[in-house]
Amino acid sequence: MTDHELMWRIAGGSGDGIASTSQNFAKALMRAGLHVFTHRHYPSRIRGGHTYTEVRAKTEPVRSRGDGFNCLLALGDSFARNPQEDAYYGDEEIKPLSENLDELNEGGIIVYDTGLLDSADIPNFEERVEENDWHVYPLNLREIARDHGREVMRNTAGVGATAALLGIDLEYFEELMAESMPEDILEPNKEILHYTHDKVIEEFEFTHDLRVPEGSHDEEQVLLSGSDTIAYGAIDEGCRFIAGYPMTPWTEVFTIMSQALPELGGVSEQVEDEIAAAALALGASHAGVKAMSGSSGGGFALMSEPLGLAEMSETPVVLVEAMRAGPSTGLPTKPEQADLEHVLYTSQGDSNRVVLAPGTVAEAYEQSRLAFQLAYGYNIPVVLLYDQKLGGELMNVPASHFDREPNPDLGAVTTEEELEEAPHGPGGKFHRYRYDAEDGVSPRSIPGQKGGHFLVTGNEHNQAGHIEEDPTNRVTQMERRMSKLDGIREFLDEQDTQTYMGPEEADYGLITFGSQQGTVAEAVDRLNGAGHSVKGIGVSDMMPYPEAEMTEFLESVDEALVVEMNASGQFRGLTQKELGRFGDKLSSLLKYNGEPFEPAEIVTGFEASIEGQDVPDQQTTYVPAAGD
Amino acid sequence: MSAFSAIGEDREIDREEFTPTLEPQATWCPGCGDFGVLKALKQAMPEVGRNPDEVLLVTGIGCSGKLNSYFESYGYHSIHGRSLPIARAAKLANPDLEVIAAGGDGDGYGIGGNHFMHTARENHDMTYIVFNNEIFGLTKGQTSPTSPKGHKSKTQPHGSAKDPIRPLSLALTSGASYVARTAAVNPNQAKEILVEAMQHDGFAHIDFLTQCPTWNKDARQYVPYTDINDSEDYDFDPTNREDAQEMASEAERSLYEGEVLTGRFYVDSERPSYQEEKQAIGEMPEQPLAERYFDDDYEWERSHDLLLDRHK
Repeated sequence: MTDHELMWRIAGGSGDGIASTSQNFAKALMRAGLHVFTHRHYPSRIRGGHTYTEVRAKTEPVRSRGDGFNCLLALGDSFARNPQEDAYYGDEEIKPLSENLDELNEGGIIVYDTGLLDSADIPNFEERVEENDWHVYPLNLREIARDHGREVMRNTAGVGATAALLGIDLEYFEELMAESMPEDILEPNKEILHYTHDKVIEEFEFTHDLRVPEGSHDEEQVLLSGSDTIAYGAIDEGCRFIAGYPMTPWTEVFTIMSQALPELGGVSEQVEDEIAAAALALGASHAGVKAMSGSSGGGFALMSEPLGLAEMSETPVVLVEAMRAGPSTGLPTKPEQADLEHVLYTSQGDSNRVVLAPGTVAEAYEQSRLAFQLAYGYNIPVVLLYDQKLGGELMNVPASHFDREPNPDLGAVTTEEELEEAPHGPGGKFHRYRYDAEDGVSPRSIPGQKGGHFLVTGNEHNQAGHIEEDPTNRVTQMERRMSKLDGIREFLDEQDTQTYMGPEEADYGLITFGSQQGTVAEAVDRLNGAGHSVKGIGVSDMMPYPEAEMTEFLESVDEALVVEMNASGQFRGLTQKELGRFGDKLSSLLKYNGEPFEPAEIVTGFEASIEGQDVPDQQTTYVPAAGD
Repeated sequence: MSAFSAIGEDREIDREEFTPTLEPQATWCPGCGDFGVLKALKQAMPEVGRNPDEVLLVTGIGCSGKLNSYFESYGYHSIHGRSLPIARAAKLANPDLEVIAAGGDGDGYGIGGNHFMHTARENHDMTYIVFNNEIFGLTKGQTSPTSPKGHKSKTQPHGSAKDPIRPLSLALTSGASYVARTAAVNPNQAKEILVEAMQHDGFAHIDFLTQCPTWNKDARQYVPYTDINDSEDYDFDPTNREDAQEMASEAERSLYEGEVLTGRFYVDSERPSYQEEKQAIGEMPEQPLAERYFDDDYEWERSHDLLLDRHK
């Protein structure tokens, strides 16, 4: 498989431009006609510390990171050479080379910067190279960059070198550089790119086989992350107000929206804390604007009070939750799917909210739009749950996927004409929370509308919004609010939001949610290719849970393996809770080391599970079925 | 017809419009200072010229939070300490609304202290009324952020070891452009200050002394007070920040010694409101955002152009 695809990894120190260089590299390959996918790994540090990004590219669509990688560009960690006397940087300096060798596939390519890295510092380097049939191309990238421009342009030298080795046309890189760089930086960069490219061709005899294949797209492609598509979905659905507090990895969505909204006549507010952020979103929504807020686990915890208020007061709002590994501040820059139960059940009282979990970059756009449609259509809070992996990974998607009409419809609101006809309670108050509402959705009025004033309260209230503790009123209002989820479940069923993978009929099932969907899809294909009978489902609806679809899926298979990135099998638990059975059919494949699954880990885990064995030596855990 | 035809309606406003025709049974104790706030607020509305449908009153939790049960307008009885972020976002969404936030001293200076500081700093064009009775009332008499040092309660049986919060100084330091203190025992001054606060273009903070006859009989809120703006004893210019700071400190110190000083402490009519600042830097539209959702002719931009521009 690796013969047909490029899995290029650029490694260096945080702050050395690894992210921007890899983004351009992926874009260049996309423009060259290939399908691309990136996977990021970075420490919770600003400058220095080992970081890498992988770009996987092939002629067919790519849905996940690969198994390991086959081309390493090790740039060195320039910040590990900080001359401050008191600073201790340990063995940081060599990490861009040393830390990446374990995952470099047999027959892979190594390009490293001899200006910053010395392979003699790595134990048994020569032996390992020989053992693994690696092809090593040492180059003093630092010196080249310094001689032809500035030392920071080492990245460009590295790109020129790997482009030469892989046979990628330089015009794509030049084009991208010209689009983003001012003239004084562009010229030396172009020179460095060509110089290194030519030097590599002249000086080295290529011993490796890997070349980038020819590709061509049927239609125009764009390179986007999950954070981008969540933001763009919100914009297209008419969201013009965002409030937030920075926290990794939610900050990405917040940043994109903060830059876009003023241009679109919207408002973005960075506020004092997450409680305020969510409360602001409620305030703006109440005043008649489509609004959102969001955070990551720790910040979302602070939002639990406003979230409950939104449920009780039926104030529509969209909150996005970008999961990172917990508990507490956990692994700030690493993905995990362990906040599922947190978003399902946080805040006091019976949960009456919608939780959606997009599975891919493209799906995140749809789910983001859907989140606003549901929030405003049903006057209910909607949480869009994703993780650091989905938020930060880049993928090519046809541009036409996003070519859709905007939808600024405010949903369940009245007009002033309707208010004249609407029932009003004692004190002239509009019946905002009427018992007889269709599908449980009682339309709201917006402050400033004549004849529409009413009281919103987080206390139990009567039809006019007045605080009311009467037991009959309580039961009626509770049942009305809860009944909205039935309508939403029906609506979502029609939208066909779950993603099916593999053949229609199969003996085994793979079940997943969120960012692991693409990886599971690839594993399903591989397993079927290897003679297994497997189908998969990527679930997007966490609340309300897609009971009918999941029951049908689980009844159709003998056994099913739930793949998720957490230690306690939260999604498996949710499935058993919601369906009330299938406990004897469901086993778990879990990973919670801060890295997302690789497809091979799922293949291996699956094979071990059906043979009733422990998962072999890798950082995943198999938990067998326990019965109902 | 505009989507918000209640806004800017040109007619005589009657204070009775703000009284629910079928008033819910009051749950405030007899003699409670909250009645004074309610009365003053109702009296202020006709002078401000706002009708119930264009007023959004956002409250927190506690006795004060019940204000909007007895006040007829768009109301948002929210959660403890969070009235300000809700109120200021509503104002950003629709600056044509008259936005008032209200809460108690625990609500505003305790749990919501952070929001108070930041809302004042940003100078949102709104009025913030803090019912200051130096006690937690609805939870039955615990020490509050404004209770005097040494105040004994069931949760502080040995007396509070903490100095009280200085709300006027805090508002000033944080950047509020209108700072006043009034008392429920003088509805005339209270009404005047409320009118001024609502007409003020910026964040108007009113520390509203309200007596709690049930849990805090010892507080000074009942005693006669001095209006610093009328008294000849105080040579005082409320448009001067330094004067204001000195006066506020004096009022905050003397309150616990038995002298109640009230009035306007600071009025800065020069400082632009947050909305104006945001509009000036191009981060907020001139037309109310909320109007746009009801405007059939408005052309909604799509992300697609942005997307092709940046991601191709």
